Amino acid sequence: MAQENRIPDPIAAGLASGWQVVDAATLTGARTIEADVAIIGSGAGGGVTAEILALAGLKVLIVEEGALKSSRDFKMREADAYPALYQESAARKTRDKAINILQGRTVGGSTTVNWTSSFRTPPATLAFWQREFGLRDYTQEALAPWFAMMERRLHIADWPTPPNTNNDLLRQGADKLGIPTAAIRRNVNGCWNLGYCGMGCPTNAKQSMLVTTIPSALKHGATLLTHARAERLVWQGDRAESLLCTALGPDGIVPTGQHVVVRARHFVVAGGAINSPALLLRSRAPDPHSLLGRRTFLHPTVISAGRFAQKVEGFAGAPQTVYSDHFLETQAIDGPVGFKLEVPPLHPVLFSTTMAGFGEVHAETMRQFPHIHATLALLRDGFHEDSRGGRVHLRGDGSAELDYTMSPVLWDGARRALLAMAEIQFAAGALTVTPVHEQARAYASWAEAREAIAALPMKPMQTRVASAHVMGGCAMSGDERSGVVDGAGRYRGLANVSVHDGSLFPTSIGANPQLSIYGITARLASGLAQQLTGRPAPRLEA
Amino acid sequence: MISSRRSFLKIGLAGAAMLAAGGLIYRQFQPAPQRFVLDDSGRSMLAAVIPAMLGSALPQAAAERTASIAQAVEQVRLAILGLPLAAQKEVQDLFNLLSLAPARRLLAGIPPWEEASAAQVADFLQGWRMHRLTLLQGAYHALHDLIAGSWYAQPAHWQAIGYPGPMKELS
Repeated sequence: MAQENRIPDPIAAGLASGWQVVDAATLTGARTIEADVAIIGSGAGGGVTAEILALAGLKVLIVEEGALKSSRDFKMREADAYPALYQESAARKTRDKAINILQGRTVGGSTTVNWTSSFRTPPATLAFWQREFGLRDYTQEALAPWFAMMERRLHIADWPTPPNTNNDLLRQGADKLGIPTAAIRRNVNGCWNLGYCGMGCPTNAKQSMLVTTIPSALKHGATLLTHARAERLVWQGDRAESLLCTALGPDGIVPTGQHVVVRARHFVVAGGAINSPALLLRSRAPDPHSLLGRRTFLHPTVISAGRFAQKVEGFAGAPQTVYSDHFLETQAIDGPVGFKLEVPPLHPVLFSTTMAGFGEVHAETMRQFPHIHATLALLRDGFHEDSRGGRVHLRGDGSAELDYTMSPVLWDGARRALLAMAEIQFAAGALTVTPVHEQARAYASWAEAREAIAALPMKPMQTRVASAHVMGGCAMSGDERSGVVDGAGRYRGLANVSVHDGSLFPTSIGANPQLSIYGITARLASGLAQQLTGRPAPRLEA
Repeated sequence: MISSRRSFLKIGLAGAAMLAAGGLIYRQFQPAPQRFVLDDSGRSMLAAVIPAMLGSALPQAAAERTASIAQAVEQVRLAILGLPLAAQKEVQDLFNLLSLAPARRLLAGIPPWEEASAAQVADFLQGWRMHRLTLLQGAYHALHDLIAGSWYAQPAHWQAIGYPGPMKELS
């Protein structure tokens, strides 16, 4: 295999060097594992926390429901990647089935499959948290050193390569209309500009948790438990005494019948903003104000497809490199819902399932695939008083589901976003523009599209909505009546449970959340390390 | 196909109740979460729906077309087996419902799948796609995404849409 010769595989090398990795799928009997700190989830929050606590000298156990994969497993094929690396085979949906949610489920979590976009938490978002949620320490100044540390650690920097055509068309169209755009910073090191970030990086260029913090934690003595579904925490008074896990088979779907009991001094919940509140709900964690699982936010995302005379080839080249915050910054944060414009990568499965229609219309759309430019708008959820997010609840079998309904203020934002995107695409020279909506078709001019979009019913299942960012559900707040977690990430009413992931956020971020999770959880984990060891926490190095 | 369109408009809540009851009846025989099973009637349904969903993406020549549909049925089955058990059960309920003669006639306005014309199947899909019951719209989306996604996941179908596929040396 030429690949093994050319691309070093840090996971294979680490395993050969003696990393402690337990694949629960292989267990044939009950197992108990003890640690100082058990971290549930290995994504942006769990990965950062694992490295900081392991470097502090604590015995760390990382519990992950997905599998440990590495560059040699990433073959850039959607058919393999979605079932292996995503929650619910990339088909996780809201309760009403109207919104498709992309979240990772593998070692590294969503960081293994995200599109590398790296933004610090917008100052307006932090100001809102200080004002509305009493998070007085969450100032730009206080967080800046933590963002800077994680940017160094994860190679987050300007990316010098010119954008692919798909991204450049957003820039060109916006330029023509006087709408400012800027370049997206990326967490890559030696990127080949392949365009397959969503299927796992085959060259280890993306600085996900899989190739950075988790190998470092394992090198410093942490244990990784994979194929283990965290079922519930068991309480003894106000302390979590243990965590019960169900072992899943190698397919990650069917339980093997084996169980793992995890005992630890401290538990960090970092399963992402659907699974974390669900674990705490199954565990019946204290929730005197009925907040747990509520105010779970998305960036509801609407999509517009433009057909161009020239080839766009949205599958080739770094996926997200140009953005515009024009429609976030030109209006009040708690007024009509604003949106961020970005460009998604286009691959056959993602594209064919996203584009509306069937039969001849769909077949014809697919034949135009190389000429399609797509742009998307992420709606900033959770700031307007009628934008209150959804609620994580448990199905009969205990699995998690997000009950989330688009409010009228969000639908209003969706319509304005579809209008803005169509206008930009026509300005960039699109021959036709198709808003992704069951009742829309390809429109041949901006005038025609404007009239049609103004009349399209904004309704679930008719307007296609997706989301790759889930936030909230275990909100932190300075006030116990508006958050189950305090500003230090500690779960209120429990002595030894913290939450370190996007479920902490009391609103959506209004930007791709990975760097917000890295910076904020680095600060929380450092505070926790100091508390548990009595010594200053180690600083992460590049 | 005007008569089948009318039957759509009439079903309303009775249809929803039936869809729910179909799941309920099924679940009584399947107490524990089970993997999805594609039986003969499910295969017949897919063999009728796949050509309507994919249009001219399917080859026209008879022998090649038959083989393509059979492959597509198998790819859909595999895609369903990659879903969590709770989702597999929902898909199983939908397939069982569409196999049940009264439900198929009432909810889909379709004769036995083997006898349904292309236009009847297209009418059924469009009816569910625009149905006022979101339950049926969701079922349409499930069929759309399973069939389109598993078809275009196949490297054999990439050339037709101008997709070169990933770099050979790494894939």
